[in-house]
Amino acid sequence: MANREDIKFLSNPNIGGKKKKYCRFRKYGIRHIDYKDPDFLIQFVNEQGKILPRRITGTSLSYQRKVATAVKRARHLALLPYVTDLLK
Amino acid sequence: MKNYEITFIVDPVLSGDEIKSTAKTYEDLLKKDGCSIVHIEEMGLRQLAYPIKKRHSGVYYTFEFNSEAGNIIDDFELALRRDKRIIRFLTVALDKFGVKYNEDKRNGLIGIRKEKISEEIAEEKKSIAKPTPAPAPAAKPAAKAEEE
Repeated sequence: MANREDIKFLSNPNIGGKKKKYCRFRKYGIRHIDYKDPDFLIQFVNEQGKILPRRITGTSLSYQRKVATAVKRARHLALLPYVTDLLK
Repeated sequence: MKNYEITFIVDPVLSGDEIKSTAKTYEDLLKKDGCSIVHIEEMGLRQLAYPIKKRHSGVYYTFEFNSEAGNIIDDFELALRRDKRIIRFLTVALDKFGVKYNEDKRNGLIGIRKEKISEEIAEEKKSIAKPTPAPAPAAKPAAKAEEE
């Protein structure tokens, strides 16, 4: 017989519970985004080198603007590609 | 008083001495104008993300300096444009956070912090990933119990 202890684990209680996204710049107090650091900026672009939207990274609006500027500067200096495939 | 940062890429085909002398000419240009140079960073030879002027790599230099009037920027950029040894440059005016960031970076504070953050992010990802495979083993004993 299945007792209450077993039934409790038949469905995963963690499924469906969404983890809240947060702005990492706000959380860790990063005030300046360095355009000379492509390893950091690569987190904000997709495989084609496009800038990821805020709804995916969770960045706040003011920092999203700064991220976008930094990525564009890095592209100008050939630290990040303008167009590519299989960046990650 | 404003803080500026100029990054430029030098042609890698030149010899080591020529590259150094190129950087020196621009250092002298700044000094002649009375700018106080905060820091000169040599990022060294790097692979370019895309070819520029048929070059696939370049030597990166970053000059951080203070200028009273900012008139130097036009002259400096003109000199960079006319210079065949320079393949790309970028001038940025730094705000106070940028100045602080560069100072911290020189003192080696930035790398540590970033590692910490990436570790934390990795841990969070683990904690998200962990609960999903959990139901499979947990479901088995329940199924057995039902058979009984």
